[in-house]
Amino acid sequence: MSWETVIGLEVHVQLNTKSKIFSGASTAYGALPNTQACAIDLGYPGVLPVLNKEAVIKAVKFGLGIKAHINQRSIFSRKNYFYPDLPKGYQISQFDIPIVGKGLLSVVQEDGSIKKIGITRAHLEEDAGKSLHDDFDGMSGIDLNRAGTPLLEIVSEPEMRSAKEAIAYLKTLHALVRYLDICDGNMQEGSFRCDANVSVRRIGEPFGTRAEIKNVNSFRFVERAINYEVERQIGILEEGGKIAQETRLYDAQKNETRSMRSKENADDYRYFPDPDLLPLLVDDQLIETIKSTLPELPEQKRERFIHEYQLSAYDANVLISSRELAEYYETVVKNANNQATNNNQAKVAANWVSGDLLALLNKDNLEITQSPVSAEQLAGLLRRIHDNTISGKIAKTVFEALWHQEGPDADSLIDSRGLKQVTDTGAIEILIDDAMAAHPTQLADYRSGKDKLFGFFVGQVLKASLGKANPDQVNAMLKEKLSK
Amino acid sequence: MHHMTIAQLSRELANKTFSSVELTQHFIDRIKQYDPTLNSFITVTEAQALSAAKAADAVRAAGKAGILTGIPIAQKDIFCTQGVKTSCGSKMLDNFISPYNATLIEKCNAAGLVMLGKTNMDEFAMGSSNETSFYGSVKNPWETAYVPGGSSGGSAAAVAARLAPCATGTDTGGSIRQPAALCNLVGLKPTYGRVSRYGMIAFASSLDQAGPMTLTAEDAALLLHAMAGFDEKDSTSIQAPVPDYTAHLNDSLEGLRIGLPQEYFGEGLDPRVGQLIEEAGRCFEKLGAKLVKISLPHTHFSVPAYYVVAPAECSSNLSRFDGVRYGYRCENPIDLEDLYKRSRGEGFGNEVKRRIMVGTYALSAGYYDAFYGKAQKIRQLITQDFKHAFKEVDVILGPTTPNPAFKLGEKKNDPISMYLSDIYTIATNLAGLPGMSLPAGFIDQLPIGMQLIGNYLQEGQLLNVAHRYQQVTDWHTRTPNNYR
Repeated sequence: MSWETVIGLEVHVQLNTKSKIFSGASTAYGALPNTQACAIDLGYPGVLPVLNKEAVIKAVKFGLGIKAHINQRSIFSRKNYFYPDLPKGYQISQFDIPIVGKGLLSVVQEDGSIKKIGITRAHLEEDAGKSLHDDFDGMSGIDLNRAGTPLLEIVSEPEMRSAKEAIAYLKTLHALVRYLDICDGNMQEGSFRCDANVSVRRIGEPFGTRAEIKNVNSFRFVERAINYEVERQIGILEEGGKIAQETRLYDAQKNETRSMRSKENADDYRYFPDPDLLPLLVDDQLIETIKSTLPELPEQKRERFIHEYQLSAYDANVLISSRELAEYYETVVKNANNQATNNNQAKVAANWVSGDLLALLNKDNLEITQSPVSAEQLAGLLRRIHDNTISGKIAKTVFEALWHQEGPDADSLIDSRGLKQVTDTGAIEILIDDAMAAHPTQLADYRSGKDKLFGFFVGQVLKASLGKANPDQVNAMLKEKLSK
Repeated sequence: MHHMTIAQLSRELANKTFSSVELTQHFIDRIKQYDPTLNSFITVTEAQALSAAKAADAVRAAGKAGILTGIPIAQKDIFCTQGVKTSCGSKMLDNFISPYNATLIEKCNAAGLVMLGKTNMDEFAMGSSNETSFYGSVKNPWETAYVPGGSSGGSAAAVAARLAPCATGTDTGGSIRQPAALCNLVGLKPTYGRVSRYGMIAFASSLDQAGPMTLTAEDAALLLHAMAGFDEKDSTSIQAPVPDYTAHLNDSLEGLRIGLPQEYFGEGLDPRVGQLIEEAGRCFEKLGAKLVKISLPHTHFSVPAYYVVAPAECSSNLSRFDGVRYGYRCENPIDLEDLYKRSRGEGFGNEVKRRIMVGTYALSAGYYDAFYGKAQKIRQLITQDFKHAFKEVDVILGPTTPNPAFKLGEKKNDPISMYLSDIYTIATNLAGLPGMSLPAGFIDQLPIGMQLIGNYLQEGQLLNVAHRYQQVTDWHTRTPNNYR
């Protein structure tokens, strides 16, 4: 009997507020150590937390984005433990009643089908600082700039059944928080961090014992870490062993997970309601106000793209993966169409954007907003393909030239380089006649039944035209002439 | 001039009988003369006080003086004062110079009050005799073999010995009212949230409240006015305007209903104390008030509930004292655990450690519901008792303490007996109500206090009742023999 993987994810989303969740200090990334930590962040004697309303609004936005139940009364609790980068000796978090209750995230799978993954809850909490162990010769350094940065911890149900599904969920979540503008999504800087709860079981059996994998900060590493962990657990179980419930750390360099601490003698966090903070109340009016500011969300946009532009679910999903990419795509479509009401260029545009453009962007590690080819430039190119000024093949050359910023737009590049497609039947006829005259043997062979040689003659004619002859015309005319 | 009340001093300053510099110097001289015996101050800020007095005189010369401008005050060493040692009576903070001012300090500064220094107190405000201070016990000016009460024992002794005309205290379970009673002063614990807790080093956040300690009710009214008010830095502070507490001081008590809770006059009360309180009751009757017998049936639960809630909160509040960022740090720690264990083990005194352990236990997994959860329910019942009572009466009268001051060392090793000295004061903290103590007579040369408890935000009414009493009695005018 085969094994089934069960995955639940806990994602820490850093909310992009200007100031911290309980103090006025800045949350900007990358400042010199301990320059963005005020007395409150440092846990000085006598200081008190005051909740940042922006963080609440962003949490509610998220809740509305997954159509979750918003708890109109939620509680901040203290999670007590000692660590040098936790200044107060407790983290202010939400325990019994989180601000966001149950919701759903629709995730497009690789095959284009949609799976709805349950989200158990999302709660507000403060981040800890960072301990730096490398540069201090037998001691540790502590940077408390990050202490007090607002986090939304989003907990999924254990409903994912493969690493690929987990990644699809994470990417969907990542897109959502960026659409909502509640998180910058920067994984290198730790703005979007993931812990994975992984277990395996025989199909139909109850859940197995899970291991929690911490410290995975890229989609690729999450996938690798899960796959490694699944293999490890199956290995143990098939040899008759038992899985220990524990926290494991993923080591990206060695591509392995290793035990951090066992859950059996886990810390007792002694949660209790924080007496310094009143219950968090969110009224209907605030929820309605926030609702009215929500942008079109990825799920809605994907549906719209599928219907309005006749795209496949997969293509639509690629194009909506970020708000900026979707916007780029729609600008291309709008400008490429000859008539405003007709989306006849939508599919071609989708192929160019998700194919050629994304490939080059990925190669150079650029964001869509940094694309050297603007949406208007790409649209201009598509217009020339559509009206047969150039062939698809020449278009690739023009696109590369635009990428390298060799000209201001497609039209001027086509003009200056004489790439305009030859559609003059007289001129094409001369090229065909020349090719037939130059290759009598092949001509004879073709006429005696070697059909494959048709392609040879197309090639010869296009080559002689320097690629500019319209391939459709060449095909049609050749067929007629060769058969005479 | 040291026998004058704030009201009298204010008039004399206005009449230019003496300057604030002269007045301040006079109190500094008295501190130098008497405090080596009493030990009521941890820090005397002479230079700072004289320069503040000079500034106050300048403000007065410019015609901008308020009623408190130039009046000296002693601040309990629990309030963070920028640039000044703020020890909270603990070795843990013996080296701590606060980088910021508590809101209360800011407000006192803004009112023109002149800080003479920081007063001695039980370590982290945990104690009822001022014997847990790292800086040694404080002597009761009425009889130096006796305790002044605690935790605001330094403030009480300083005002009683006329080393300062007024002082601040904090009250978590009786820490203003009990020392006021034992030192023949007026001490007012306002409604929870009336005075900002920002910058006041937390003991038990849901119970802590700062208030004035003065010679008269009128002075308490003047000082409370300067201390009270909403503070956006304290989420638990009350958004209600601060009334002029002197406006109704002279209102008639005709028809006032004063409740005498039977539970406050039962077993455990020194009958001589009970007699004095009954005498006070008869005095109020003469002033037109009606005495009504009432019941607060859950009173006997208040001490056990308090000794769960307060230690639980303190165990978390005191986690920040870890030897990492400020405060005491043990010598040559070998690793992190050693740093924590020894810094905290050596930096905290026994009573503080006892309460941290009790509180940690009460919040532990498996015990939370039985202790902390149940204590919170009892708190609700106690609050209900008062709600019912205030339907029948306007204020509640009882003893502040069951006995007069006890001898130094007498209860030091008997925590339960020590805890019971707060038996009448604790319930008001649990309910968040205002309570005050004022002089009600003497037993064997030792002062006795009566307690008045009011409804939420009815500090003005308490002050009115106390002031009318002080108009017809003279207990509050008596001064200990050696400090005249």
